[in-house]
Amino acid sequence: MSAAAEVPAGGDAALEAARLRYVLRLADTSLVLGQRLGEWVGHAPALEEDLGLANLALDLIGQARLLLGYAAELEGRGRDEDALAFLRDAPQFLNLTLAEQPNGDFADTIVRQWLIDAWQLEIYTGLSGSADGRLAAIAAKSLKETRYHYRFSGGWLTRLGDGTDESHARTQRALESLWRFTEELFAPDEVDERMSAAGIAPPLAEAGARWRERIAADLRRATLPCPARQPHPWHGKRGVHTEYLGHLLAEMQHLQRTYPGARW
Amino acid sequence: MSDAGAARPATDWPLFEVFIRSRSGLEHKHVGSLHAADARMAIEHARDVYTRRQEGVSIWVMRSADIIASDPAEADSLFEPARDKVYRHPTFYAIPDEVKNL
Repeated sequence: MSAAAEVPAGGDAALEAARLRYVLRLADTSLVLGQRLGEWVGHAPALEEDLGLANLALDLIGQARLLLGYAAELEGRGRDEDALAFLRDAPQFLNLTLAEQPNGDFADTIVRQWLIDAWQLEIYTGLSGSADGRLAAIAAKSLKETRYHYRFSGGWLTRLGDGTDESHARTQRALESLWRFTEELFAPDEVDERMSAAGIAPPLAEAGARWRERIAADLRRATLPCPARQPHPWHGKRGVHTEYLGHLLAEMQHLQRTYPGARW
Repeated sequence: MSDAGAARPATDWPLFEVFIRSRSGLEHKHVGSLHAADARMAIEHARDVYTRRQEGVSIWVMRSADIIASDPAEADSLFEPARDKVYRHPTFYAIPDEVKNL
């Protein structure tokens, strides 16, 4: 699927189409990551971490609700946040590929979380001054949550990386396996370009440079070598996903698909 | 759950007591205890475990091992003598109307 075909060049219609896709990317990244973290409930290494991960999950799902609600209004086709969350198929999800990667072990979860927390820090900070007032408000609220998420995941990264031989080795392995998905975080496409040109989203090149500095500093603290940049980004934000998203959606959407309109 | 042993590592962590201040101006109150590897983690765990429903604006934690407690065996000599001295409660005075918060 080519995103270029869906976002016609020039004019307000093109800007609005890009805005909708941009908001969905943010929303879906939070929703999918929140769903992933929810899988830890009852399985985390300690009761306290169980609650901690669940809190992160709920924050992210809260962000997704605000963003999906906005996306539903932008779309204007009568779908609400629930329809967007539970009745779209994988190719219509525009989350970052990194967010849908499986939980793996605790090191995999922490590395994934830390990479995305640092990404959200940059994006939400930039969006707090957005020309789009609605996005600015959502970002300002989410930024407070993200600062805590980053403190949590960054703290664990240091503990695991600078911990025992086994925790160091596992964290290193997690970093090497997830690193290939990081290039997508700050690789701009026509949606990003249009959003930053309109003053709606922060320019990704600058945000990416700050992210790389932060990541490198954290890795030094965690005594982990920083992998080299990967030239080819994945395209989750264009709806091209790894096999894992379909399984995640099957579980997340099962109830609404089986009993349409089911309520508590 | 067959892998119940997965929950074990936390028991290697020391126990911390948690105190929460519910509003500015009020005192910190003991709310419970939790396991954490160190003080920083204890604060984060306390935030996640005890302030999820807006219970607080400030957290104290301390290692449970650092508490020096009275000996239950000495309870008689420590607390019994106060029992028959009700006059130590300031309840024998008429409170003037001007005093609102007593």
